[in-house]
Amino acid sequence: MTEEARTGRTQRDTLLQLVDVVKHFPVPSDRLFGGKREHVHAVDGVSLDVRRGETIGLVGESGCGKSTLARCITRLHDVTSGTVSFDGRNISDLSVSQLKPYRRKMQMVFQDPYGSLNPRRRVGSIIGDPFAIHGMGKGADRKTKVQELMELVGLNPEHYNRFPAEFSGGQRQRIGLARALALRPELVVCDEPVSALDVSIQAQIINLLADLQGKLGLTYIFIAHDLSVVRHVSDRIAVMYLGRIVEVADTEELFARPRHPYTKALLSAVPTPDPDLVNERDQIILSGDVPSPIRPPSGCRFHPRCPRAQSRCTTEDPVLNVKDGDVSDHAAACHFPVADGEPLVMSQKEAL
Amino acid sequence: MTVTPPDQIESTGLSSTLPAAVEAIEGRGPWLLAWARLRRDKVAVGSSVVILGIILLALFAPWVAHLVGHGPNTQFRTTGLSPDGIPVGPGSTFLFGTDDLGRDVFIRVIYGARISLLAGAVSAGLAVAVGVIIGLAAGYFGGAVDGVLSRFMDVVLSLPYLVFAIALVSLLGPSLAISVAVIAFFSWASVGRIVRGQVLSIKEKEFVEAARSLGASHLRIMFIDILPNVLAPTIVYATMLIPLSIVFEATLSFLGIGVLPPTATWGNMLSESIAYYKVAWWFVAFPGLALLITTMAFNLLGDCVRDAFDPRGNRLFVATEE
Repeated sequence: MTEEARTGRTQRDTLLQLVDVVKHFPVPSDRLFGGKREHVHAVDGVSLDVRRGETIGLVGESGCGKSTLARCITRLHDVTSGTVSFDGRNISDLSVSQLKPYRRKMQMVFQDPYGSLNPRRRVGSIIGDPFAIHGMGKGADRKTKVQELMELVGLNPEHYNRFPAEFSGGQRQRIGLARALALRPELVVCDEPVSALDVSIQAQIINLLADLQGKLGLTYIFIAHDLSVVRHVSDRIAVMYLGRIVEVADTEELFARPRHPYTKALLSAVPTPDPDLVNERDQIILSGDVPSPIRPPSGCRFHPRCPRAQSRCTTEDPVLNVKDGDVSDHAAACHFPVADGEPLVMSQKEAL
Repeated sequence: MTVTPPDQIESTGLSSTLPAAVEAIEGRGPWLLAWARLRRDKVAVGSSVVILGIILLALFAPWVAHLVGHGPNTQFRTTGLSPDGIPVGPGSTFLFGTDDLGRDVFIRVIYGARISLLAGAVSAGLAVAVGVIIGLAAGYFGGAVDGVLSRFMDVVLSLPYLVFAIALVSLLGPSLAISVAVIAFFSWASVGRIVRGQVLSIKEKEFVEAARSLGASHLRIMFIDILPNVLAPTIVYATMLIPLSIVFEATLSFLGIGVLPPTATWGNMLSESIAYYKVAWWFVAFPGLALLITTMAFNLLGDCVRDAFDPRGNRLFVATEE
């Protein structure tokens, strides 16, 4: 309600709503006595609506909190504060047993096709796990269900009795997908599902994901650091930097009119296939490293690396809101958003 | 055994036939591979045969005794001792000679094997069961649970076991059950440590997260997802633990705080033979040899099991492609 009032958005079919989600991890102290316990600010106040049936891409550099956010959504981590609402129900404070029915409705596909499958168990029992855990189907019935799933994700159902080590990376990712889809979830959180695969296999998996979305009416949260992949699969994209969402918009809108300097820099880093088309001036190399998430910078977290930063940026935290002249779906968190076609670096005079 | 190349699977994939010869394709799991390697290892086969032989002798000891006509505690004062009361050496009547009371050493050695194997297997089994459960809990839950359990394991490992055993026996009186309990109590902690260490690394794997996101209970994750992955090193250690326990039991019997005479054990036979080793070498040699051969066979088998589970140890596997 408050979220809608703030963004002025009309009633939409929201499947998942994040309100000010915060996740801090305590840092093991190296001092034996005293000292204030420090925390990694992995996710630091993320609000986001995920609509039923859409694919929302989550992009950002390594360590920006994408995976942590995914694990907060699926309750693999408990949030430090804020709420995660699924289908209008706050699930962030449910007990393990209360959560179980929601586990069926949202599933996760993992990044590492090797680590995400138990090497000591047969594929059939791995994919059958969801049924076993939720007490559905027994014996032959379960086996039929598992083989249907294997066929659904393009695996040979005859390989039911094989071990994960006997499959290629792409096939393993299909197994992980079959397991995630077993309980017919509504939401699938894909945590970099293709980044560990060869490019040719990536395309297969992405097409499979798209096929399944059409067939089963899935909603995806698609995490990646490869912008071209995200652009291909996503309806909307949220850009994260140091635990915050800095910009969110429809995919084409974001690529055409990035408002946040970080988004602009990120987009300029996408390699262009034709070297003749590369314009030196368009490429923005950000200086410096991502600051430590243990002591994030004051004000706008991007200010130490931002070419547009001014004194206001060091003190005042920008709010994620719609900028003048933008469509209502396009929000950015920046005091000095980039105008259409404007180069990222302001002229010297302007900056002064 | 045919293995379909991976690229072939990818292309056949999709809408091929579902039913029919589904059970035709049986995956060769890590257990099966280890078993195949073990079967091809000559040392493993040899030591297994030795162990099997000892087990059979122990099992059929009463039958052998009946066949020979010598009970384990029967004293042959006329045939088994020389006129001066000296034990008789190995021969056709007494295969391994006799002891100071004119008893058949061979029969006593195979009866002793029953105690040794029983004590070894039961206490190693107990130690592994307790160690696995405690180690799993410590590694999986971490934090305070791990702190308490790990410190407890440290305490157990630092206790002087002989002093403890002597004290316990003086309270409860010596028996096989007490020996087994003492051996298991002093062995589980090292199993627990090994399991805990393995669990610490395995619980970080994504398949554990996957199980959690499916709503699996802690018990299910511990025993279905994690345990199979720590079983290989545990089995290796368990195979090594059996000879350790056998020696431990022999030590207790030797000191007179284990199984008491007249019940024959290798430990108390060795202890009785000390006074006679100059005149009756067989009295000390055969129980000693039995102990040595048994522990060596188990240790060699343990080494082979470890090699078989080692994913890099595929030399046997490559060398024997028929």
